Amino acid sequence: MNTYLKFGLLMSLIIGTLVWLAIGGVSETKTYYKTVAELETMKDATSKRLRVAGDVEPGSIVRKGQTVEFVLTQESKKLRVVYEGSDPLPDTFRDRAQAVADGRLGTDGRFHATRIQAKCASKYEAKPGQQGAPVYSNQADRRS
Amino acid sequence: MENLGSLAILLALCLSGYAILASLVGKWRDKPLLVLSAERAVYGIWALLTIASGILVYSLITGDFRLAYVAGHSNRAMPVFFKFAAWWGGMEGSLLLWAWILSSYSALVVFTNRFRFRDMMPYVVAILMAVQCFFLLLISFPENPFQVLAVGKGITEVPDGNGLNPLLQYWAMVIHPPMLYLGYVGFVVPFAFAMGSLITRQPGDAWIHTTRRWTILTWGFQSAGILLGAGWAYAVLGWGGYWGWDPVENASLLPWITATAFLHSVMMQEKKGMMKVWNMVLISATFFLCIFGTFLTRSGIVGSVHAFAQSPIGKYFVAFLAIGIAATIYLILDRLDYLKSEAHLESVLSRESSFLFNNLILLASCFAVLWGTIFPVISEAVTGEKISVDAPFYNRVNVPIGLFLLFLTGVGPLIAWRRSSIESLKKAFLWPSLLGLSVMAALLIAGVRHFYALMSFGLCAFVLATILMEFWKGSRAIAAKTGQNLLLAAVELTHRNTRRYGGYIVHMAIVFMFIGFTGSAFNLDSTNEVRVGDKFSIGRYELKVRDLLDGDNDNYAWRRAVIDVYIGGRQVATLNPEQRVYKASRQSTSEVSIRRRLNEDLYLNFAGVTNDGRNLAIIQSYVFPLVSWIWIGFVTLLFGTAICLIPSKVKMQYARTEVVGYVERHAAVTK
Repeated sequence: MNTYLKFGLLMSLIIGTLVWLAIGGVSETKTYYKTVAELETMKDATSKRLRVAGDVEPGSIVRKGQTVEFVLTQESKKLRVVYEGSDPLPDTFRDRAQAVADGRLGTDGRFHATRIQAKCASKYEAKPGQQGAPVYSNQADRRS
Repeated sequence: MENLGSLAILLALCLSGYAILASLVGKWRDKPLLVLSAERAVYGIWALLTIASGILVYSLITGDFRLAYVAGHSNRAMPVFFKFAAWWGGMEGSLLLWAWILSSYSALVVFTNRFRFRDMMPYVVAILMAVQCFFLLLISFPENPFQVLAVGKGITEVPDGNGLNPLLQYWAMVIHPPMLYLGYVGFVVPFAFAMGSLITRQPGDAWIHTTRRWTILTWGFQSAGILLGAGWAYAVLGWGGYWGWDPVENASLLPWITATAFLHSVMMQEKKGMMKVWNMVLISATFFLCIFGTFLTRSGIVGSVHAFAQSPIGKYFVAFLAIGIAATIYLILDRLDYLKSEAHLESVLSRESSFLFNNLILLASCFAVLWGTIFPVISEAVTGEKISVDAPFYNRVNVPIGLFLLFLTGVGPLIAWRRSSIESLKKAFLWPSLLGLSVMAALLIAGVRHFYALMSFGLCAFVLATILMEFWKGSRAIAAKTGQNLLLAAVELTHRNTRRYGGYIVHMAIVFMFIGFTGSAFNLDSTNEVRVGDKFSIGRYELKVRDLLDGDNDNYAWRRAVIDVYIGGRQVATLNPEQRVYKASRQSTSEVSIRRRLNEDLYLNFAGVTNDGRNLAIIQSYVFPLVSWIWIGFVTLLFGTAICLIPSKVKMQYARTEVVGYVERHAAVTK
């Protein structure tokens, strides 16, 4: 058999496997960005992995055993969030911080988050930046 | 002062424009003096940018809070070391650092090549200066680091600055950005030479020979930058991970992947004259991914937990990338005939094919990471819904890729060029394969059932064996000839062909890192709410809370747990995880406490106090097996890279036969 043909076959085998893995990975982990307002009107909201962003309502953070509860607000809409992940909450997570919650909407109307990311607003520039460096990152996804 | 800084940047911008025109016109009209003046302009730009950077650093250290940049990234209480680091603590300053590093590199290139490549250099200078011009444009107008706060117009006085983010006040974080930049910017040089050689239709691979050291050095910087970032995340951020597949992390990984592919595939061109087009594509891709990475982290196009300033410079980058990529594609397509391959692939069982697989796999990984990173942008454009993918996606694709690469790391260096016979394969790989399989069998018996972990450990043993065998065979031959002992002979061997044996050391570093990565399959974690005197356990450790303390000082308030660690009833350590709340920024940080050992790390984090009235301390404990091997691999990698940079004692022998052609080629380019 021609060398290039053999080589081509091997290559397509490898690429095929990778594409298959990638497609599986996408459908397993894809997360929809939604606003709090959109969540209320979404029909199949409980069946999808979602990502919601908003501000942490001052005074709403309650730590209870393994879980942390708080309220996210976005343009006067409110969403109650229960964080049930095993990882520590980011250092930047506190009252009025901008937070992003990943998880699913429960049938009880509360958002069950498995991951929280947060950043705080600072005085002069909105966000101090650092090239290539995780600044406020605090996520460990060990579901993998 | 700040006017002088702005002026210096503006002048540098003008000079870069002049340098582009002068070197191109000088080349076309055959005016060597004009070309020379362009090269002088390069030195001028370096001097001007050094002045501008000096002024910015001076303002940061003296605390000139009239400047928006200083007020935003420095404060009086910060140590001088961090004040200096604030140079690259924000967007404007880091772009200035980018430009300054590029100007230094350019000056170095012009100086070292002042008598060489006379017909190619004008284009090299023009390309370097085009990139320089772009970055100077950014810091001259939209992102000027010398912007003055409107004191007197609304703002009366700024007594103190905002300070550098407390999380960033850590040594690794201070050198991480300059390292990455040295890496990012360094790839402009090989790219400029590649394009220069393409434009002037240079025969042969002079551009590869000239830029080989650049590429290795730059690659080393980039690796160091990425790994320092990982080490910082592990030691400071308190979640115990070192890599989260965040868009910004991915941005630094992408050019590293293509650069790694490039480092391997240039060998094919040097030794066999193959893959010429491919190398052009790889170096261009690396360069554009470096620019793309800067763009990604600076424009806010992809939502990231890394809080970056949203800014209008995104469209500048898009324009630059679009023009650059279009021009490069045109050039490569237009000169395809000159990039013809000199040899053909003869067998699937050959070193050529192992290089091809290596490249293919690296590119696939790069593509997968890129795809995942910009997935939200693509999905929004196509379906109108913003969808992101998560760490499991990256792991699913990249874990098998990584293992396959590890396999090739073992196979590639030993397999013969052109074609391998079954006998020679058996001779080379019998013992390493047996070792790898027996490691897998031993682990299986020991109760390890994790498929990828088994594969990875087996492959690590396999690769390590092949590398050690190479050293052993070579040094034994030298030892027999010279009567030296084996260790000296190994040093001698490495010195004779530094690139080859330095490369093996880097491969060994990769093996160490894989050992560390694989350890993460066995991580343990647990969260406990405790009061003084409580006991809890994780893995083989018994933990006892001896004390819970709190207090405060000028800078921050803190809470600390004092925890005794026992193994089998014997106390082995006392760990002090701490939580701080900085007063100025009202930000809290975790000071994790780690007991580092070669086999595993015990990692404690003080996560907070329950506020449901019981006031219990929340302690998160983790066991991370083998994670120290990543940092050992890092040091080994730096060492191996340094070895590669030392000139070989014996002049490299090329496997190619047309030695006459080789001399001719060089004679032609150094006219």
